[in-house]
Amino acid sequence: MTLNKIKKFLNAQILCKHRDHNCDIKYAKASDLMSDVLAFSQPFSKPEALLITGLTNKHVIRTCEIAGVCAVVFVRGKNPSTETIKLAKDCKIAILTTKLKMFEACGILYSNGIKSSSIKKGK
Amino acid sequence: MQSKTVFQQKYKIKGGDFVNAGESSCKIRNILKEIGIDADIVRRLAIVAYEAEMNVVLYAKHGIMYLFIYPDKILLKIEDKGQGIKNINLAMRPGYSTATEEIREMGFGAGMGLPNIKKNADVFKITSKVGKGTALEIIINLNGKNG
Repeated sequence: MTLNKIKKFLNAQILCKHRDHNCDIKYAKASDLMSDVLAFSQPFSKPEALLITGLTNKHVIRTCEIAGVCAVVFVRGKNPSTETIKLAKDCKIAILTTKLKMFEACGILYSNGIKSSSIKKGK
Repeated sequence: MQSKTVFQQKYKIKGGDFVNAGESSCKIRNILKEIGIDADIVRRLAIVAYEAEMNVVLYAKHGIMYLFIYPDKILLKIEDKGQGIKNINLAMRPGYSTATEEIREMGFGAGMGLPNIKKNADVFKITSKVGKGTALEIIINLNGKNG
């Protein structure tokens, strides 16, 4: 699913674009705990993954970079600081914001074909 | 016999420095990517380095992370000066955390740091002295996957 489609489904805004405009997102993970993001990205992490979170500090972007996540959706209408946006631009990680709650955002993306990033290879 | 070091580097980490937290791990990740290490190994090593670096930032006064790349493995050593860990067995239990509310608000302190490190490492050693500091030694084997 392209970022533009995700934007449409979540009625979101794109604050920072991904290096690959047509980047095909297939998997997602949702958490406000960064260690959980890292824990569940192993050992079957998917590079074309999206993170859905309510946390907006710059450590979220660092975590995405480390875990190989290429885009992040900030839920509950939260806007990241300019510091967070700058780091995302430097790391070429896309940022979207939506007013939807985390549960709603997950439900919409799941029902439109986005899978959990924790599933095992071959499944 | 210890194989010859291909590359080595050390990174200073300052306790409480949330502005630069994670930078050293990202540098390590980029080095490994640049020299063509297998993507899965890069991700595992980056996670290990990041969790360890964040532990120093969150709990210690200061520390040093050493990276050694050998033809057959990558060794990461993290030594810090700080409060140390009272009960290592407890600290290794997923979900156990002594993090403050402030740390949790930043998205850390979920009690997954050390278990995450162990999970991604082929060899994991930890020693700690209360009031002195903690030392971690992590090895990730390259298994012929080094590019």
